[in-house]
Amino acid sequence: MSNRFIPLEPMQPRERIGVYVCHCGSNIAGTVDVAEVRDWAEKRLAHRGVVVARDYKFMCSSLGQELIAKDIKEQGLTRVVVAACSPHLHEQTFRKACQMAGLNPYLCELVSIREQVSWVHTDKHAATDKAKAILSGGVERVMRHTPLEPLHVPIHPATLVVGGGIAGIQAALEIADAGFPVYLVEREPSIGGHMAQFDKTFPTLDCAACILTPRMVSAGNHPNITLLTWSEVTRVDGYVGNFTVTIRKKARYVKEELCTGCGVCQEKCPKRVVDEQYEAGLGFRKACYIPFPQAVPKYPVIDTENCVFFAKGTCKACQKFCPTNAIDYDQKDEYLSVQVGNIILATGYDLFDARRVSQYGYGRLANVFTSLEFERLSNSAGPTNGNIVLRDGVTTPKTVGIIHCVGSRDRNFNNYCSAICCMQSLKFAHLVKERTGATVYNFYIDIRTTAKAYDEFYQRVLEEGTLFVRGKVAEVTDAARKPGEEGKIIIQVEDTLVGKQRRIPVDMVILANGLEPRRDAKEVAKIFGISCSADGWLIEKHPKLDPVATMTEGIYIAGCATGPKDIPSTVAQGAAAAASVLGRIQQGEIALEPVRASVLEERCSGCRICNNLCPFNAITFHEDRMVTSINAALCQGCGTCVAACPAGAITGTAFSNEQIIGQIEGLLMRNLETAPVGAGQA
Amino acid sequence: MSANEKPKFAMYWAAACGGCEIAVLNIGEKILDVDANFDVVFWPVAMDAKYKDVEAMPDGYITLTLFNGGIRNKENAEMARLLRRKSKILVSFGSCASEGCIPGLANLSSRQEILDTAYGTLTTDNPDNIRPQYSYAAPEGELHIPEFLPFVQTLDQIVPVDYYIPGCPPESHQIGAVVDLVIQALQGKAQLPPPGSVIGAGGSTVCDDCPRKRHEKKIKEFVRIQQIKPDPDLCLLEQGVPCNGPATRNGCGALCPQAGAQCIGCYGPAEGVTDYGARLITAFASVIDADDPQEIERILDGLPDPVGQFYRFNLAASLLRAAKPAFTGK
Repeated sequence: MSNRFIPLEPMQPRERIGVYVCHCGSNIAGTVDVAEVRDWAEKRLAHRGVVVARDYKFMCSSLGQELIAKDIKEQGLTRVVVAACSPHLHEQTFRKACQMAGLNPYLCELVSIREQVSWVHTDKHAATDKAKAILSGGVERVMRHTPLEPLHVPIHPATLVVGGGIAGIQAALEIADAGFPVYLVEREPSIGGHMAQFDKTFPTLDCAACILTPRMVSAGNHPNITLLTWSEVTRVDGYVGNFTVTIRKKARYVKEELCTGCGVCQEKCPKRVVDEQYEAGLGFRKACYIPFPQAVPKYPVIDTENCVFFAKGTCKACQKFCPTNAIDYDQKDEYLSVQVGNIILATGYDLFDARRVSQYGYGRLANVFTSLEFERLSNSAGPTNGNIVLRDGVTTPKTVGIIHCVGSRDRNFNNYCSAICCMQSLKFAHLVKERTGATVYNFYIDIRTTAKAYDEFYQRVLEEGTLFVRGKVAEVTDAARKPGEEGKIIIQVEDTLVGKQRRIPVDMVILANGLEPRRDAKEVAKIFGISCSADGWLIEKHPKLDPVATMTEGIYIAGCATGPKDIPSTVAQGAAAAASVLGRIQQGEIALEPVRASVLEERCSGCRICNNLCPFNAITFHEDRMVTSINAALCQGCGTCVAACPAGAITGTAFSNEQIIGQIEGLLMRNLETAPVGAGQA
Repeated sequence: MSANEKPKFAMYWAAACGGCEIAVLNIGEKILDVDANFDVVFWPVAMDAKYKDVEAMPDGYITLTLFNGGIRNKENAEMARLLRRKSKILVSFGSCASEGCIPGLANLSSRQEILDTAYGTLTTDNPDNIRPQYSYAAPEGELHIPEFLPFVQTLDQIVPVDYYIPGCPPESHQIGAVVDLVIQALQGKAQLPPPGSVIGAGGSTVCDDCPRKRHEKKIKEFVRIQQIKPDPDLCLLEQGVPCNGPATRNGCGALCPQAGAQCIGCYGPAEGVTDYGARLITAFASVIDADDPQEIERILDGLPDPVGQFYRFNLAASLLRAAKPAFTGK
């Protein structure tokens, strides 16, 4: 049985293969003797069907491509192997070149002798040998290729946007303004996201609410936007162009069609609860509440954990006073199913929990604040009406220390830079100075003020007299050791510019918490069939060239869900994701790569090993026939199930056993041992 | 073949345990059909015959040869070549000929290691440390024994093979069916499948014949069959018993899983399977229900003998065929 898959029996070459070896300037030619590789292929692989081999300085140039096209036409090539860079870069280029010349694009194989050879080796002789082996593998593989046709699927014109922060709002508005329907899903009672909690925005010091709320209102009123707040996506089926999304609309206990948003229920509700969400724990809300005055939509929600009626069965104050009879204690969660063609995930971030850096005293020392707490303190609509005061609610601090990089750029927590904290800390310094006249220290590792008008803002804060200490704070403590430290919070830090330890007593400490992925980012990624980095940020298709697409067709990402970023970048990504989606919608249909897995039903015994492996939910088990099938449009060709199928019943188009083993035999140069039919064999 | 001459039948036993021969006899009265329809010209286990008799036959003289056993020594290899020349239809019969089977597990060791184990361990009664010699000068003249090859090969790694009958040993009813088929084909009443086919077996896997209920799989622990009281109706693999059924060709009727023991893979790879063990390894690995590397290690420790688990019958036919010591002698 073993030899049936060793495919190197002597044969007449079935295909006419052209081999093209690229110099890539000196990128490849500097390490690989490309002329030798070309000569070798022409002589030693002739019996496998190589009829022409050429080398060229830049195969990807239009002249290089014309070379291939000319050979296809004049020499009747039926297969093409290009030995150049990674398929990620130029596979499409050479496929298109073949297609233009009348050859099915999937009969072209690009093998990498740059990333896999010249860039990783220094020994020219060995690198040349390896290039030959890789080329030989490509020749054996390409002769086993079959012509493929892309799959065409129509695009549903509606879009789902998940997350109602500024990124999601921006994306939803762009698409809705272009005339296409949008479902905007937000799990909190109101859209607005973190930005709605901020006071001022750097570097221009615009009021965050002033610039955000008009957008929120537009999103709320837009005829093309269906706003679904207090809702979560629970399931996504289907594929690009044809997603079916299940959304859980959590019970508000308020009939939206009757509610006028008058707020009487909130006013009359007797139960006061610490508002951990919007007020960051500094203020209160009611059990029946509208999270903030400019909330969109205006409808309140009843928090059943704290509602007296839900706990004890009596009260019903909200129901008694509601002028429109909108309170409905019997409301249940609803499940909606919507059809969309594309999905944008703008699920935002969580703030790093400062308690984890226990030496900074947050949660233990009253006057250590997080960045979000400070945003609420300084917000004129916040719990202190914008008065910057200590935890006692009355005392104005005389000295304030702002600590940068809390939980960021720290190998104990997150290695990455949270990108926004420098500017946020400078903004805080400015606000403290402006409102209280206090002495302000900023403790920083590096100041990163790289975007438009950011460094100018830094200069301004420097000129205002804020003191900067370069060094990572070791400890924040209330244990006084020296005179003048009593009753203060002492910041212990090595001032690396002066080169000595300092103890600086302050009244208030503000921690610039880093940004972290949402706690449930991995589950969310799984629902949508995309991936997270090890940190938990959603991964883009290409970090530079495709920053808002994902490896799953039809799923886009924007804003802080992909990594920390400031408001301008977040808005830009929201708009970019919308532009990508609009491009898709305009096409009407999409051509999918035909690299797909399929099940050969007669070989499938329904062992069900593959059933829960598909990251794209493309696998279905048919209980009646005891076989598994794969939806070709859902399948992204990742090959997980192909590898897992113990019966070998699943084949990946363009990655068949014959192709892979042929390629391996070629890499091992076993094809050189075979002679053409009639040449006689031992 | 003249009208009054019956087709010729041969069976040969190379590196194997003899179970295949027993399995042929075990087909019962059907063996009489073999005798009625064939002239048995060579079958060392059943009748006296000399190699020189086979050598004297014209090429292609034997209509059907069932070759069981792997290629362990030069004698096996010579007989494989000889019988290939003399046979119209050469059948790789049973697991040893087709996949190397249990003797193929010796491909993990060098010849020296194998001989040391056989002749030099504490449990061997060999005070003079006598080792086999390929030639020996006896008073009557020089004697030779066949050379022990570096590793076990399958029959089709030595000569082209027409058909394969899998199994360790092949089930008697399957052998009976093949005998029937060949007889009918010789009488022009049926057609033989294309050369290279597996005959006397199914086209899918043991799971197809297994009545146990199957679900989506998540393995949190591998257990040995004696450690649990298996649910008689539930897929063994789902109970953590490493059952090779999902990758193994059907044809046996799923005897072992029905009796509560895991399939160990004696019917060899299913139709679409290239490397049997690799298939199973990726399949099992795919359904291990853990993300933590240490937890995964712990689960894998439940498979104490990976080669025995995944390549018990198939090592010599795998893509790697043998471990490095067998290739290099070191």
